[in-house]
Amino acid sequence: MLALIPLFPFAGFLVNASLGRRLPKSVSGGVASAAMVAAFAVAGTSVLALAGMPPGRRAVEETVYTWIASGEFVLDLTFRLDPLSAVMILVVTGIGALIHVYSTAYMHEETDPEYARYFSYLNLFAAFMLVLVLGANFLVLFVGWEGVGLCSYLLIGFWFRKKSAADAGKKAFIVNRIGDYAFVLGMLLLVTRFGTLDFQRLAAVVSAVPPEQGVCGAVSMATLLLFIGATGKSAQIPLYTWLPDAMEGPTPVSALIHAATMVTAGVYMIGRNAVLFSHAPETMLIVAVVGAVTALMAGTIGLVQNDIKRVLAYSTVSQLGLMFLAMGVGAFGAGIFHLYTHAFFKALLFLGSGAVIHALHGEQDIRHMGGLKRSLPVTYWTFLIGSLAIAGVPFLSGFFSKDEILYETFREGHLLLWVVAAVTSLLTAVYMFRLVFLTFHGERREGATGTHAGATGDHDGAIPPDVGATVHRPGADSHRQDAGSHLHDAPAAMAVVLVVLAAGSVLAGYIGVPHAIGGHNRLGEWLAPSFQVAAAEGGEALAPVEPVEEGGAAGGEAALELSLMGVSSLIALAGIGLAAFIWLRRRQLADAMASRFPALYRLLLNKYYVDEIYDAAVVQPIRIGSQEGLWRGFDVRVVDGVVNGTGVAIAAGSAVLRRLQTGSVRTYAGSMFIGVVVILGYYLWR
Amino acid sequence: MIPLGHYLIVSAVLFAIGSAGVFLRRNLITILLSVEIMLNAVNLTFVAFGRQHGTVDGQIVVFFVMTVAAAEAAVGLAIVIALYRHRESLNPDAFTALRW
Repeated sequence: MLALIPLFPFAGFLVNASLGRRLPKSVSGGVASAAMVAAFAVAGTSVLALAGMPPGRRAVEETVYTWIASGEFVLDLTFRLDPLSAVMILVVTGIGALIHVYSTAYMHEETDPEYARYFSYLNLFAAFMLVLVLGANFLVLFVGWEGVGLCSYLLIGFWFRKKSAADAGKKAFIVNRIGDYAFVLGMLLLVTRFGTLDFQRLAAVVSAVPPEQGVCGAVSMATLLLFIGATGKSAQIPLYTWLPDAMEGPTPVSALIHAATMVTAGVYMIGRNAVLFSHAPETMLIVAVVGAVTALMAGTIGLVQNDIKRVLAYSTVSQLGLMFLAMGVGAFGAGIFHLYTHAFFKALLFLGSGAVIHALHGEQDIRHMGGLKRSLPVTYWTFLIGSLAIAGVPFLSGFFSKDEILYETFREGHLLLWVVAAVTSLLTAVYMFRLVFLTFHGERREGATGTHAGATGDHDGAIPPDVGATVHRPGADSHRQDAGSHLHDAPAAMAVVLVVLAAGSVLAGYIGVPHAIGGHNRLGEWLAPSFQVAAAEGGEALAPVEPVEEGGAAGGEAALELSLMGVSSLIALAGIGLAAFIWLRRRQLADAMASRFPALYRLLLNKYYVDEIYDAAVVQPIRIGSQEGLWRGFDVRVVDGVVNGTGVAIAAGSAVLRRLQTGSVRTYAGSMFIGVVVILGYYLWR
Repeated sequence: MIPLGHYLIVSAVLFAIGSAGVFLRRNLITILLSVEIMLNAVNLTFVAFGRQHGTVDGQIVVFFVMTVAAAEAAVGLAIVIALYRHRESLNPDAFTALRW
């Protein structure tokens, strides 16, 4: 039954990959979407069955076959459904299905084979992602982990005829390889030390020893290496640079892969190995600090970016940072909660931006937008809801999850990290509403600056090429008139998805309402067994501990939680107010700030020059070293030298030896005679 | 009875004459004849030893050698005639085309 969940999208991939060229769009899109809906249905029934089990014993394991059996070491291809993976498969299949439906409209301008290619990649991605979250050991997880990396590469570079898209795909792939290298090392360390890769058995083995001090222990080292893998996949410092570039892909891809699902794999992996990470306090601290710093850094960059999708990309990096912060302070439930709500509103925001881009025929620069509120009402309202949710406005989903992270950080005593997270929340509200106000409010600025033609030229390739190739593109005048007069709002398939996601962004948080305001953190309770050693193994049910602790803490901590909640609400509202003040009332204020602090502005606009630093520190040395040292030095001189030298030596040797072949019969007879005499002489006088 | 050593001395002298002919003479036919002398020197040795030991083994081998010598002479002379038609010469130093 569990194996069916990834198999459905995989079947969809096979259909679209093999027959897609000959299928009309309605069939290839329909097959892909139906596969996701079917996977969602199976996932839903499986989770319902799981919920029917007693808490603390909720787990379904399904071994497909024994993959590796080598002496003591046995590794099965096993899928495991427990509360944590239940949340993940629902998010992946649910949001995934919605995005598939959205894509049927968004990608409609593509030719039939391209359309089928798109959906085959999308389905393959979903299949691998489900393998990733359902895997019961590290190796199965790693199969999914690499598979989604591959699909990410394929989808970022979907419009591979455009150089920047192809480069972005390569960048994502290569940066992820760096992380994956560390990930493999981490797995090898675990195998050599503990002899197993099974999550349950690892947790059981590790929980028997006390937490390690320092970073040199096996558990600390392994978790650190695994975390480096996670920084690659989940776009954290130092390996986050690929994510903003990944926006070259089609917008639904950004929504599915680079916001809702794949990039959360690192967070999921830490949650899956909560016991392991808990036994390495130093690693946890590193995770928390890296998460917080990434959140703050990406938030500041997001403030000044002008590409609608790049703002959202940095926002994603920032929110992922918050999730890692939660994981790092040990609030695994809070991290997964934020992952889950973030999937809703970030998918919504990306799809909303997709609707804007779609309506404007590929325009992505928010400086050339504005005033779209009237012409794109559905997009506007849903985008606004998403922005409110991510900003943390009370009683929307983002509020509950972000608040839990902030509260847990504070409660664990990481005051500095709490301040960083709070500042990040403020930045989130500011840059999101800067985006909303610049895009939807005010007057339409298209062409007003006179740079429009040039700007569209820059972004020309960023459009779905076929959109660009339609009648609207060639004549700039007719295009402008056309675009100005009747912008079309999202088509039905896109609008429905936006509305559903908007509803989700509002309501998703209500499964995790904190106790302090009279709620009940159902998600936290549901997830708690996943972060402990399986009750079935140890016999002692650890599940009841959590509610008791929560209940006992209700008195004094409720007040603290309430006040923190008030602070974060104020922060969110203040951020929105600030954004409204600057970008609605005093547009010139932002420009004035920029010209007042030109160095800071340029630093942010250029993303702290991290790409340039990496280029100078890593890329160029490797390039030059490979070119001059390995290629011109080793390959040309040494390898080619040995090969050619062998040939030259043999040729020279035979030039000497062939002189012996004189052609004179008498010489041959003479040498035979001398030879016989010498041999006979040897035997006679021996 | 003539002792064995005498036969062997004659045989060695004949063999030396034959091989000197092969190496020194400039005529292919003479060379072939010199080879025949060498073969017959060996034949003499075989027969001498056969007589010494009182067996016929030596004489049997001599028959084989004579057969081979006849065949060799036939083939060799045929080649010599072909070469002469080709080059108008019987000097072995004229035929050095098969070399580097």
